[in-house]
Amino acid sequence: MEKFTTHTGVGVPLRRSNVDTDQIIPAVYLKRVTRTGFEDALFAAWRGDPSFVLNQEAYSAGSVLVAGPDFGTGSSREHAVWALKDYGFRVVLSSRFADIFRGNSGKQGLLAGVVAQEDIEILWKVLETRPGTEVTVDLEARTATADDVTVPFQIDDYTRWRLMEGLDDIGLTLKHADDIAAFEEARASWRPKTLPAKHWPTETVEPARAV
Amino acid sequence: MAGTLAEKVWEAHLVRRGTGGEPDLLYIDLHLVHEVTSPQAFEGLRLAGRPVRRPDLTIATEDHNTPTLDIDRPIADETSRTQIDTLRANAREFGVRLHSLGDADQGIVHQVGPQLGLTMPGLTVVCGDSHTSTHGAFGGLAFGIGTSEVEHVLATQTLPLQPFKTMAITVNGALPPGTTSKDIILAVIAKIGTGGGQGYVLEYRGEAIRKLSMEARMTICNMSIEAGARAGMIAPDETTFEYLKGRPHAPEGADWDAAVEYWKTLRSDDDAEFDAEVVLEAADLEPFVTWGTNPGQGLPISASVPVPADIADESERVAAERSLEYMGLEPGTPLRDVKVDTVFIGSCTNGRIEDLRSVAKVVKGRRKADDVRVLVVPASARVRLQAEAEGLDVIFKDFGAEWRNAGCSMCLGMNPDQLAPGERSASTSNRNFEGRQGKGGRTHLVSPLVAAATAIRGTLSSVADLGLADEVDLTTFDGSPLDGVGAPPITETVVDLPMPVPAGAR
Repeated sequence: MEKFTTHTGVGVPLRRSNVDTDQIIPAVYLKRVTRTGFEDALFAAWRGDPSFVLNQEAYSAGSVLVAGPDFGTGSSREHAVWALKDYGFRVVLSSRFADIFRGNSGKQGLLAGVVAQEDIEILWKVLETRPGTEVTVDLEARTATADDVTVPFQIDDYTRWRLMEGLDDIGLTLKHADDIAAFEEARASWRPKTLPAKHWPTETVEPARAV
Repeated sequence: MAGTLAEKVWEAHLVRRGTGGEPDLLYIDLHLVHEVTSPQAFEGLRLAGRPVRRPDLTIATEDHNTPTLDIDRPIADETSRTQIDTLRANAREFGVRLHSLGDADQGIVHQVGPQLGLTMPGLTVVCGDSHTSTHGAFGGLAFGIGTSEVEHVLATQTLPLQPFKTMAITVNGALPPGTTSKDIILAVIAKIGTGGGQGYVLEYRGEAIRKLSMEARMTICNMSIEAGARAGMIAPDETTFEYLKGRPHAPEGADWDAAVEYWKTLRSDDDAEFDAEVVLEAADLEPFVTWGTNPGQGLPISASVPVPADIADESERVAAERSLEYMGLEPGTPLRDVKVDTVFIGSCTNGRIEDLRSVAKVVKGRRKADDVRVLVVPASARVRLQAEAEGLDVIFKDFGAEWRNAGCSMCLGMNPDQLAPGERSASTSNRNFEGRQGKGGRTHLVSPLVAAATAIRGTLSSVADLGLADEVDLTTFDGSPLDGVGAPPITETVVDLPMPVPAGAR
C-alpha cells in the first residue's frame, strides 16, 4: 500500500446524506473479477444527470470528496472503495461513516476522515463558492484546508499509523503466527469444521423455467 | 466481571490483545465465501503465494449472481458466468468446499450455514457480505467484511478488530396477530435510524424475542446492518438447540453435551452493562412498510406517506423530499392505496421455509391480483426441496406466482431478476435503496404476510385487509407447517462427501 502523508486535490461537495454503497457502485458492476477498472461505475446512476457534481467541469478531476452524514452505508462491497480510488479520490470527509466502509477504506489507502457536520457545511460553502478549490489533507496534523479554512478531522490512531507507513495488514498479522497456532491447539472439538463435508443425501433440484 | 453476550464471545476468540491503540486479534471460527466479494481476495493470495490457512473452516456457495431460471443451462450473461467460473476455479485450487448451482445445498450463504448446522452459538462468523449479521441469531458474533478482510481471513483465519460497543434492544410482550419479526426490526430501524447502530453490536432480548423461532430470529439479526450496526445477537436457548440438533454438522455425543453446557453460559449477565439501551413494546407494533429509499424510512401500514413540509429537521426534510421524488409518491397518500407491480418473496431476510409457509397459508386457494407479478425465490435449494415436499410450490403456482430456483435474486438485482425503471415492488428483502432492485426500481420493504396480502389486493395490504377479520384467526398465518400438507422435516442420515483435493502443494 502506498504511504499517505499529505494530499492536495480538488474538493468535491456532495450534498447528500445516507449515500449507500449501492449508490457508490450499483450491483451490476460487481460482476467483474478484477480489483481495478471501476472508475466508470462510480455513482453510475447519478453520472447521467448533467447537474450531478462530478459532471461539472470544475469538479470532474476531484480527489477529495466532502460528503453528507452516513456515507457508505449498506452493502459491504469493497468495490465502493475501489471505484472511488479508480476515479481518483484519495480522501472522503463526512461527519459519519458506516463501519464496514470505513474499515475497507483503511485497508485500501483511501483516507476516511470524520469531520464535524458544521465544518462539512463550511467546506461545502467554500467549494461551492469557488468551484475547483483545492483541499489539502494533512494526515500527520489531521487537518483539511481549503483556502483560508482549516478544519480538523478524526481518524483512529492505528489506521492513521498504517496509512502513514503504508503497511499491509496480513503481513502484520502473520508476525503473530505462533499465537494463532497456539490458539488453534486449544480450540474445543465441538466447534464446527466444514471438511470433511457432511450433508443430507443429495436430491435432484429441478430447474425452474420461465412461465 | 459481569459481561454481555458479545463481550463473552469476543473474549473467547482473543488470539492476542492489542496494546496502545492497536486492535485485538480475533480468531474466526467460520468463514463463508461467495462469488462476488472473493475473486480479488483469492487473487491476492495467489500473488503473495499464500495458501488458505484453514480450508476446513471455510465454505463457499454461489448465490448473488446466479440465475433463478434454467440453472441447468450455461449462464447467459458472460461476466456473470466468468465470476461463477472464477469461484469454482478458486475453490478447486485452494481446496475450499463449494456448493454450486444445482447442488441441494446451494443457496444464499446465510441460509446454507444454518441449514448445514455449521452456524452455532458462540462462534465468530464472517463473510464478505453485510448480512452476515444473520448468524448472530444463534448467539455468535457474526459480521460482514470487505474483500481485503476476506483475503486476511483466508490467509490467517483471524481479523484485527477494534472492540465494538454494545446496545441492548429489549422487546417486551407478545406480537399482535398478523405482525412478524420483520415488523419488529423495521420498527427498530425506524426508531434508531440507519446510523443509530453504528459502532455497536445489538443484542435483542425480551419476551417477544424469546418466543420467536430461529427463522424469525434470523430475520431480525439479518437487518441489524440496516441500523448501521456491525452485528446483531440473540442469546441461545432451547429453541436454538432444538434447531441445531441432528443437522449435518451439529456436534454429536459427548461433543454435543459439552457444547450445550457451554452454550447455556452464553447470555448477558444480569448486571452486565450495555453502552446503550432501547425498549420496544411488541403489543404496540403493527405491520410496517417502508415509504422511502433507506430502511429507516418506515411506518405502520395504517399510516400515510409523510408530508416533508411537516418535518422539522432540515436534513431529514430534504432527504424525505428526495426519497419521495424517487419513489413517485404523493405526500399524504395512505400507504394502503399504494399500488405495486411486483411482489418479491425471498432473500436472506425472508426466504426461509417458515416465510414460505406463512405466505402459502395466506394465498392458498386464492389468485393474485391480475397485473401483479409475484416471484417466490427460496433462500436455498434445500428450502426449495422442503417446500416442494410440503406442497407449497403447487399453492404458489395455483396462486399465479413464479416458483424459482434459489439465490439472492431480486433482493439486489445482480442477476436478470430486476425491476424495470419506475416499477414498484413490495419486497420481503432488506434494502430499499435507489436502484437496488434494478435501475429506477422502487422498493417497499415488507414482511412475508404483508407481501402475500399485497399480492392478492394489488396495493400495500396487511392480512387484516383481506376481509376475513371476523372469520379467521390471524395467528394461523404463522410459519408453522400447513395442516394436512405438512411434510416431516428432513431427517435422513447424514452422509460424508469426499473432501475436495487442493490442486497441488502450495
